[in-house]
Amino acid sequence: MSAVVELDGVTRTFAGSPPVEAVKGADLTVAEGDYVTLVGPSGSGKSTLLHILGCLDTPTAGTYRLLGLDVGDLSDGQRAALRGSEIGFVFQAFYLLPYRTVMENVMTGLVYNRTPRRVRKERSRAALERVGLGHRLDFTPRQLSGGERQRVAIARAIAPEPSLLLCDEPTGNLDSKTTDSILDLFDELRTADGLTLMVITHDERVSRRGERRVDITDGVLAEAS
Amino acid sequence: MSDRRRIIRSRLSFRDLVTEAVAGMLARPGRTVLTILGTVLGVAALVATLGLAKTAGNQIVTRFDALAATSITVSNRTDSFFRSPGLNDVSAIPWDAEDRLTRLNGVVAAGTLSLVDTGGQLVSSVPINDPLGQSEFAMDVLAASPGLFDAVISELRTGRFFDTGHDERGDPVAVLGPGAAARLNINRVDQQPAIFVGDTTLAVIGILEDVATEPSLLDAIIIPNGTARSLFGTGAPAEVHIRTEIGAAYLIGDQAPIALNPNDPSLLRVQVPPEPRAVRSGVESDVNTLFLVLGGVSLLVGAIGIANVTLVSVLERVGEIGLRRAVGAARRHIASQFLVESAAMGFIGGIIGASAGVLVIVAVSANKQWTPVLDVQVPLLAPLAGAVVGLVAGLYPSWRASTLEPVEALRGGM
Repeated sequence: MSAVVELDGVTRTFAGSPPVEAVKGADLTVAEGDYVTLVGPSGSGKSTLLHILGCLDTPTAGTYRLLGLDVGDLSDGQRAALRGSEIGFVFQAFYLLPYRTVMENVMTGLVYNRTPRRVRKERSRAALERVGLGHRLDFTPRQLSGGERQRVAIARAIAPEPSLLLCDEPTGNLDSKTTDSILDLFDELRTADGLTLMVITHDERVSRRGERRVDITDGVLAEAS
Repeated sequence: MSDRRRIIRSRLSFRDLVTEAVAGMLARPGRTVLTILGTVLGVAALVATLGLAKTAGNQIVTRFDALAATSITVSNRTDSFFRSPGLNDVSAIPWDAEDRLTRLNGVVAAGTLSLVDTGGQLVSSVPINDPLGQSEFAMDVLAASPGLFDAVISELRTGRFFDTGHDERGDPVAVLGPGAAARLNINRVDQQPAIFVGDTTLAVIGILEDVATEPSLLDAIIIPNGTARSLFGTGAPAEVHIRTEIGAAYLIGDQAPIALNPNDPSLLRVQVPPEPRAVRSGVESDVNTLFLVLGGVSLLVGAIGIANVTLVSVLERVGEIGLRRAVGAARRHIASQFLVESAAMGFIGGIIGASAGVLVIVAVSANKQWTPVLDVQVPLLAPLAGAVVGLVAGLYPSWRASTLEPVEALRGGM
C-alpha cells in the first residue's frame, strides 16, 4: 500500500518572543485505508498539525509529503487545488452555508475542482445518500439537527472522492448517541469505500474506534502500539 | 518537480462564479436591497438630471415664440453717439431706413421709431381748459414710419394706420395707443377727432388695439415721421424695428447696420434674439453642472455604501471564506466572488436607478406638459456606470477577503 501522508521531522514554529514550537519534529506515515486518530489535550498542537496535514499551513522545518508531493514546494494556489481534489475536511463547527440547501452545500465541495456541473449534482446526491440524508436534499442546515448537519459536512468532504478525510473534533458539538452514529458512518466509509481517515480528537471514545492511535503532547507525536 | 505538474489548478467557471455571487447576495436580501439603494439614488439623480436638462432646454426652445425670434431692433450705439452744439439729433439711422431695409431678402416689415421732443407740452382732446377736471396729460409723442405698425405687429381697434402719403406730406394726423386713447377719452375716429399737443392740432385717424413686440406704443401718440419733422423739428430716427422671416433674424442682424449706415456700420447696435441652439445648450449646461455634481455626489455616497457593506460582509463571512479555501478556492476565486457581488449590486442599482430616473423625467414632463427628451445612451449606459461604481467599491473589500489566511479564517467558526 502506498503512503498517503509522510511526515518527516515536521516542525511548525510560530514567530514571537519567545517563538512557540507548536509541532516538534513529527514523523508519521499514513498508508491508504488507514484510520488514524490523533489524540491530545487542547494546546497540544493537534490543530496546527491538522492544518499542516490539510495543506492549510506549511511546516517551518522538515518535509510533509502528501501522495508523494512535497507540500512545502507548492504555491498557495497549488495547495488550494490539492485541498480541493485530495483532501476532505470535516470540522467541529460544520461550516455549512446557512442560506444554501443541503444539496448546494455539498456541491460547494465540487465547485472549485473542475467537476462538471452535471457530475456535481450526481455525486452530491450520491454522497448525501451515502451519509443517509438522501431525503433532505432541499432542506437548509437550519432545519437539521446537529448530527444531520455533520453528516452534510461529511457528504461535502467525501463528494470530491478525496485521498484523505481530515476530521477536526468531528463530534465535539454532538451528544453521545449522535457521536456513535457519526463514528459508525466513519467505519462504514472506511471499510466500504477504503477511505483514509485521520481524526483529531480529545475524546477517548472516538480514539478507541480508530485503528491506529497517535498521541500528541506539547507538539510531540507518539504512536501507541 | 514533475510531481507538481500533476496538480490541476483549481478553477471557478464564470457561471459558477455568478451562481455563488448571487447566492451570497440573496443570503442577506434586506441588506443587499439597502446597499443597492445608494447606487439607485445616485444613478437616478444622474439620469433624471441629464433628461430634465435636455427636456427643459428643448422646452424653452419650443416656447421661444416666433415673435421674439423674428424681431430685431437697431439703435444708435450711445457711447459713440456724436453730439455737438447746434446739432440736436445726429443719428446713424437715415430717414429712409424703412426703404433700405425692406429691400433686404428676409425682411417682412421695418419701421423707424423715435421719441418726439415736444418741449414738455401737454396733450388734450378739447381746446378749452376745464377747471373741474383734468383735461391735459403728459404723454409720449412718437414719430414712426408707416411700416412700423407691421414691424411690431400692431392691431387696430378702429380707424386706420397712417401711410406713406401722410408721411411725405407731413399731414397732422395721429394714431393713438389704447392707453392714450382711454386717457384722452377718445373711442371713435369716424369724425376724426382732434387732439392738441400744446398748440399743435392733430387729427386722430386710428386707435390701436394691441402691439405684440413694442409696448411703448400702447400709451403713446404716434405721428408720421414727416409730421414730426415739420411740426416738431425731429432730427433723426432713434431706432428701427425689423420683423424678419423665421430663421432670417441672424442674417438680417448682420446686414441691417450695413444697409442703414454703409460708412460706419459699427455706430449701430443690433439686438437680435438669442439663437435657439445657444439658448438650449446654455440652459443645459446651467442645469447640468449643478445637478451632475449632485448626482455624482450621490453616486459616490452609493459607492462608499457598497464598499462599506461589502467590507462588513467580508468580515462576517470569514468562516465561509475559510471553508471555500479549504474546498479548493484560490485567492483569486475569493476576490472575484466578492467583486462580482459588489459589481452586481452596482449594476442592479444602475438598472433600477435608470428606470427611476426615466420615471422622474416622464412625471415632471407630464406635470409641466412638456415633451420628455432623453438621449438613448443615458439609460443604457447608466447600469454600466453602476456596475463600474460597484466594481471599484468592491476592490478593497475583495482584496481583504483574498488575503485572509485559511487557517485564520477557519478559526472563528461560522
